[in-house]
Amino acid sequence: MLKRISALVLAGATALTLTACGGGDGSAAKGGDGALVMGFAQVGAESGWRTANTKSVQESAKSAGVELKFSDAQQKQENQIKAIRSYIQQKVDVIAFSPVVESGWDTVLKEAKDANIPVILTDRAVDSKDTSLYKTFLGSDFIEEGRKAGKWLVEEYKDSKDPVNIVELQGTTGSAPANDRKAGFAEVVSADSKFNVIASQSGDFTRAKGKEVMEAFLKANPKIDVLYAHNDDMGLGAIEAIEGAGKVPGKDIKIITVDAVHDGMQALADGKINYIVECSPLLGPQLMDLAKKVVKGEQVPARVVTEETTFTQEQAKQALPTRQY
Amino acid sequence: MNAVVRHRLFWPAVTLAGLLLLNLVFTDHFFSVQMKDGHLYGSLIDVVRFGAPLILVAAGMTLVIATGGIDLSVGSVVAIAGALACLRISDLDDQGSTGGVLAAIGVALALSLALGAWNGFLVAGAGIQPIVATLILMVAGRGLAQLVTDGQIITVNSAPYKLIGGGYWLTLPFGIIVVAAVLALTAFLTRRLALGLLIESVGGNAEASRLAGIRSRGLIVTVYAFCALCAGIAGLMISSNVSSADGNNAGLWIELDAILAVVIGGTSLAGGRFSLGGTVLGALIIQTLTTTIYSIGVPPETTLLFKALVVTVVCLVQSPAFRKKAFHRRARTASPRPAADEKVKVTA
Repeated sequence: MLKRISALVLAGATALTLTACGGGDGSAAKGGDGALVMGFAQVGAESGWRTANTKSVQESAKSAGVELKFSDAQQKQENQIKAIRSYIQQKVDVIAFSPVVESGWDTVLKEAKDANIPVILTDRAVDSKDTSLYKTFLGSDFIEEGRKAGKWLVEEYKDSKDPVNIVELQGTTGSAPANDRKAGFAEVVSADSKFNVIASQSGDFTRAKGKEVMEAFLKANPKIDVLYAHNDDMGLGAIEAIEGAGKVPGKDIKIITVDAVHDGMQALADGKINYIVECSPLLGPQLMDLAKKVVKGEQVPARVVTEETTFTQEQAKQALPTRQY
Repeated sequence: MNAVVRHRLFWPAVTLAGLLLLNLVFTDHFFSVQMKDGHLYGSLIDVVRFGAPLILVAAGMTLVIATGGIDLSVGSVVAIAGALACLRISDLDDQGSTGGVLAAIGVALALSLALGAWNGFLVAGAGIQPIVATLILMVAGRGLAQLVTDGQIITVNSAPYKLIGGGYWLTLPFGIIVVAAVLALTAFLTRRLALGLLIESVGGNAEASRLAGIRSRGLIVTVYAFCALCAGIAGLMISSNVSSADGNNAGLWIELDAILAVVIGGTSLAGGRFSLGGTVLGALIIQTLTTTIYSIGVPPETTLLFKALVVTVVCLVQSPAFRKKAFHRRARTASPRPAADEKVKVTA
């Protein structure tokens, strides 16, 4: 009896999680009309960014006439490997996926290669030494994002000789965007000795942690000129901490963030953030383009960078009404 | 003197004092508390303000652990409560209306209670082991929170809601006042009335307690519901503090911090006895440690190692067996001490 109840409960729990995270599934049968079939293994639905990413892939597949088989790995590598294996069995024309983690993909990618199915990586890379396992990697260049943030800062303070005290809110420790955004930014600002990064801690990419860490920064460092946050959410949390300290975000402390999600753009338009480097999730159209080329056997570059821009406060006001996410 | 040293809260208190001392040496202005915009402002205030949700969750966890159980689902309940409240508030025509906010809070807390009662039913009614029973909600609950928020971060702009976790009342952070009230009520119910004794008795031996006439099932369901209610209030605080609900990250791993706080506070995971005061100290130690790391500037790559070292030291000095081995070998006291009656185990 007990076993039966717990089995029931477990089944219920699984169903719940599935409904919670399930995106639109692709249709089951393979298209008989010669349409391109793509298997896409998404990481999960862990953030607004990711949801926008999923939507972009689904919508551009529809408009490009690509039949999409979509799976959600709920942030687990084994789910993603299972999904890729099932795509191989279904003999799709092309497989695209955003790897949950960087390592451990060689076996399943080799299976895809043996089955002559080309693979495209999106958003995140794999650390496999054998680059013939995938055709191309489409995604943002996180180091370049860090550089863009640094360049704006150098430009903003080019007429000033005074030292500039910078605090940094890092993303999740060890994650690629955190490492690279830190490195790119440091590369640019370290050229001038007036820029000092006086404190740098992880805010786990969340608002709550961003606020908590910024509170501590404000108390330990009486003079902070600039905040560089690795994503909008941490910046938004930090804004609350800065306001709580009786300072004006955007004026007393200049704020640079990365991502350009809706709430961040709103804060930028309101003058609370000074500059946002975009990290666009809308890579669907580029992905469909690449997929068609790859299936036709055309050569594609091994690395394709997402088309991205940067926003100042004025640009944010203009862009905000037509922003998709 | 000996009585002080042997008091069960002595070592946690020493640890907290040690951490504060570390800040006195390494962090400027750590102990300065000023008035700013009509409320208190300073690092110490931050410690209690950001520690408030953890204290609440850990207090609920203490009672659950006292019954010999454990509740892994508190983190998910934190996320669900925050998500539901923010969703209701964002649907209001006037987000500043107190009535609407109170209704949203009511719904969120009612759901938390129901989830806790569900946990209690699985444990007491269906006889499922607590770690398994609450694991279900831990996993599924986060999915539920994502369902509520549609995978997005819900941002609200509501002054009354902001008060709970980010506001001030009588110069004090409002969250602290809530925590103090909940703690006072819990202490009264468990230490002035027989409830605490009954909980400990159920934790000591549920079957014997039942035979002695204690309705242990009802008691266990109540305790799990109370724990979830505490988690729900903590969830409101966390989301209110940043005026947004994040179904994915709110309260992530808070169950482990809460269990750690309970253990540091000297409550045995085996159940049967508990110390609310110890748990509060334990939660404050964890939060002080976190704030210390940010203030001193421990590099993020070594943060976890630093935390692990401190926690290991705390647990070692609290273990009577270890203290005996480490300190009494040299002393070689003539009269052997009575065997220690409490041991601290750490699995976190």
